[in-house]
This record gives sequence, structure tokens and C-alpha cells, in this order.
Amino acid sequence: MMIETTNYYRWRKFKNRFFQFLLIMAAIAVLTPILLIVQYTFVKGAGSLNLDFFTNLPKPVGEVGGGMRHAILGTLYLVAIGAAIAVPIGIMAGIYLAEFDKKSALSRILSFAIDLLTGVPSIIVGIFAYILLVVPMKSFNAMAGGVALSIIILPIVTRATEEILKLVPDHIREAGLALGIPRWKVIFMIVVPGSFKGIFTGVMLAISRAAGETAPLLFTAFGNMYMSYRIDQPMASLPVQIYNYAISPFEDWQRQAWGGAFVLIIIVLGINLTSRAIINRNELINFFSELKKKLNSKKA
Amino acid sequence: MEEAKTILSTKNLECFFGDFQAVKGISIDYKEKSINAIIGPSGCGKSTYLRSLNRIHEEIPGAYNKGEVNLLGKNIYEKDVDPVLIRRNIGMVFQKPNPFPSLSIFDNVVIGLKLQGVKNKSLLQEKAEHSLRKAALWDEVKDKLNKPGTSLSGGQQQRLCIARTIAVDPPVILMDEPTSALDPIATASIEELMMELKKEFCVIIVTHNMQQAARVADNTAFFVLGELIEQGASEQIFTNPKQKKTEDYITGRFG
Ligand SMILES: Nc1ncnc2c1ncn2[C@@H]1O[C@H](COP(=O)(O)OP(=O)(O)OP(=O)(O)O)[C@@H](O)[C@H]1O
Ligand SMILES: [Mg+2]
Repeated sequence: MMIETTNYYRWRKFKNRFFQFLLIMAAIAVLTPILLIVQYTFVKGAGSLNLDFFTNLPKPVGEVGGGMRHAILGTLYLVAIGAAIAVPIGIMAGIYLAEFDKKSALSRILSFAIDLLTGVPSIIVGIFAYILLVVPMKSFNAMAGGVALSIIILPIVTRATEEILKLVPDHIREAGLALGIPRWKVIFMIVVPGSFKGIFTGVMLAISRAAGETAPLLFTAFGNMYMSYRIDQPMASLPVQIYNYAISPFEDWQRQAWGGAFVLIIIVLGINLTSRAIINRNELINFFSELKKKLNSKKA
Repeated sequence: MEEAKTILSTKNLECFFGDFQAVKGISIDYKEKSINAIIGPSGCGKSTYLRSLNRIHEEIPGAYNKGEVNLLGKNIYEKDVDPVLIRRNIGMVFQKPNPFPSLSIFDNVVIGLKLQGVKNKSLLQEKAEHSLRKAALWDEVKDKLNKPGTSLSGGQQQRLCIARTIAVDPPVILMDEPTSALDPIATASIEELMMELKKEFCVIIVTHNMQQAARVADNTAFFVLGELIEQGASEQIFTNPKQKKTEDYITGRFG
């Protein structure tokens, strides 16, 4: 038999290259906006950052300077309220969906509700929290903001937990049951801890998503210009502060809006990176001990 | 010689997946301190039957059983019986080695005891060493008990799963093709281990390996399409089968 397929081979090689090229272009298309956003906010925002920006409160209109301490802390506070409400409930609901009554009416309704909740525009979430908590209290308040953020966090955490647990093969559960371990203990002591990394990543993703939301806070926590820790009073947040400053006519406020945007991006990236670092702690430790070994062996 | 005691027996055991009946009325007695093989063509219901002996079968949605499984004379399918307690008395080793991926070698062995409420550290230590020795794994892992169970080789993982099963001390151990994912050397070591286990436990093993059944099992049962065709002493089954089907199967003419 002759192996004479040179033309075919070239053609195939060309096709291969062509599709590889397409995929690389797609990857670049994904990367571009991320890089541009970070770069642009850095260029515009980093210049506004100084110690004052983090430690001071806004100055009266017309005076240059002042900072966003209240908004930075406010965002952390609101996100903490939201997470405290949504993370435990979301994880539990995710466990229920993945591990119990998979086919029951309740779990199908719940699953459908989670899909709906994920799709609800965040401005609607804000209106809902407004009606639920702002109207009866007759004042914008931090609690309403936290609840609104919890509604953003909840479906993401639930879905993430469910999907991660579904990746655990059934034979792991059967191995636990076969040891005479009751079902609930198999789930809570073996299956869930084994999926900790994945669930943790989902939680962090949801939290960083909530940290950047503006719409749910506009008429719940509302925002203010001074430091407040009160849960029944309006509270500032970075997204709302950025929004208010950005649409203001004052140049110094617009400058500070960029600074706030930059800080917000750093917070969101920071949450992502720290959670990754925590998850990969063992790999990090291994990396450094390997490095140490290499350095030592070089010395010797 | 004194007559060995029957520890487990099935009486007219039937197993269903919804409308589909996979096992059709099987009655077998299992003696203490014996190895019992179940052989038969793929899909004949061996795994399903085995999984009904420790009430794992019913964990599959829609799956249920009829008939009796008697453990020391008590039917485990009676209403007031807690399957959790049954499973502590009838352990199981699966086809694919399945150590718990999140747990260390040590914790894999003692997790059953831990979750039964044993807290005493030195007792757990003792049990872990005892079980790992019994499973012929101690020397290979004693210096890395804190490494993940999944860091071991396939054969070692399977012995770890056996150690985990032994640790809760069940008088009966079920094994579903425990060596089908292993190489000949690992298989030989598991077989040796089974002979060792036989001194204390009643072992019931599903296998596709006829030589294995002939080598290790005292008794062998042959299933086809959910029915028991023939059972008896392995020697008789493999050298002088009564049924034509059995003969065809063990000589490789059918299956
Ligand atoms: N989860 C399930 N749902 C429905 N039917 C099933 C299920 N598992 C197995 N069966 C059916 O039950 C019958 C017996 O299957 P089983 O796994 O017990 O066979 P087996 O003898 O162990 O086969 P093998 O030697 O291939 O492991 C088969 O016809 C199979 O298709
Ligand atoms: Mg099988």
C-alpha cells in the first residue's frame, strides 16, 4: 500500500491550524474586556487614591478632597448582612436539592424558583426589599439593603452547592451507607466536607457578585454622606456612591467616583484571589517547600 | 467435625427495579467462616442480589425487594429493622475501589467507628492498625497515614476499602467483583487476604473470574437471568456440575 496523501495531509493540517486560530481569537475576545476594564479604572482611579480616600468622609459640596471611608465600610457591612442570611440557607437548600427527595414536588418547585430568582433583574429585587422593609420602617435602612443583596446571593449559592454535590459519584454515598453510617451523616460528614472547596468557591463568587450590585441598594440602603453603623438607618455603599458621584456635576466628585470604582474592582478581585489562595493553600505550601528544597540542593 | 452454623440465608429473595424483576426468588444458605462465590453471565442479577443482602439495593429510587434475608435467624426486611444496624453487621466492598476522597488513609479506615461515636483516640489508633494489618496494607502505609486515601494505587485502595469494612467488624462481608479493576499481582494479594478473612468472617463474593471462584470459594452459586441454576461446593460445581447450563458456562461455551 502506498502512503501518498500529502495533499490531504496539508489540507488537514491547515484546517487544524485554522480552528486553533479561531479558538485563540475567542480566548482573546474574552480576555480583552477584562483587561481593558482593569486597566482603564486603574489609570483613571489610582490617581485619586490616597490615605484620605480611605480614612475620610465626604467634604461639603465645593470643597476639594474627602474620601469614601463610609462607603467602603458600608459595602463590607451590607455584603456581610446579605451573606449571613443567604449563605447558610443557600447551602442547605442546595444540599436538599442534590441529596434529598430529588424527584419530589417540593424540590422541583424549589429548583424552578431558583432559576426564576437568578433571572430576576436586580432592580426588581431592590423594589421588593423596598416594599418589604423600607415602606413599613418609613426610612431607607441597611437591613433592607442586606436583604436585597441576600436575594442576589441566595440562588447562586444554592445552584453552586447543588451542582457541586451532584458531581460526587453515588458510589461514595453507597460506600458510606454500607459502613452502617446513617444517610444524614454520610451527607454532612463525608459528601459535603469532601466538596468544601467547590461550595466555598460558589459562595465567594456570589459574594463578589453582590458586592458590585447597585440597583438593589438604590432605594433600600440608599446611601448617605456620613459614617453610620446603624442597621435601621440609610447606609452608604461603594456602588451607590460611585453612581451618585459619577452623575454629579462636580469634577472632584467625578474624580473620586473613578477612585471608588478602582477600589470596588480591587475588593471583588481580592475576594476571588483570596478564596483561590485559601483553596490552594496546600498547593502553595507544597510549592514553597519544593522551592526551598531546590534552593538548598543548589547550595549543597 | 462439628456442623458450621448458618449465619445468613436468603429465602425466595426477589429484587425489583420498578416493574423490572432482576432477581427471581433465590434461596441460599451461607455458613460462618466460609467464602461463597456467585458467578453468572453479565446482567444476570449478581450485583443486585448482593446489594439486597445489606439493604443497599433499596437506596436506588424505585428499587425494592420481596422475600426474606435472614441474618442469624432474623429477617432483615421486617418492618421494625433499621437498615443502618444491618449494614454494620454486613459490610460491603465494591467493584471499583472507592476510598473517601476527602479523607486521609487513617480516617478512611476509622470513619465508620468515628461516626458511630467512638472518640477514644488510642482505641481508634489501635483499630486502624489492626484493620490495616488484617488487610495486608499496614507496612505500605504506616508512614503516610495522613496522606489522602486516593493517593494510593488501585490495589492498595481496594485493600484500604477492605480495611475500612473490617474496622466496623461485620460478621458478613460482601464483595462485588473486588479484583476486576486490579492487575494479577494485586488480585493475588486480595485473594490471599480473603483466605485470611475466612478465618473470622463469612465472605460472599461476586466474580467473573472462574479460576478465582474455584481457588478461593468453598461454595459457588450460578445465576442466569435472575434465577439460581445450581449451587453447591465449588469443587463439585467446577468439576462435576449437575446442570448442562453450568457446564456450558464454566467451560466457556455460553455466557
Ligand atoms: N439502576 C438500575 N435500574 C434499572 N435496572 C437495572 C439497574 N441496575 C441494574 N439493572 C438491571 O438489572 C439486571 C441485573 O443487573 P446486575 O447489575 O445485578 O447484573 P450483574 O449480574 O451484576 O452484571 P455484571 O456481571 O455485568 O456486573 C440487569 O438486567 C440490569 O439491566
Ligand atoms: Mg455486577
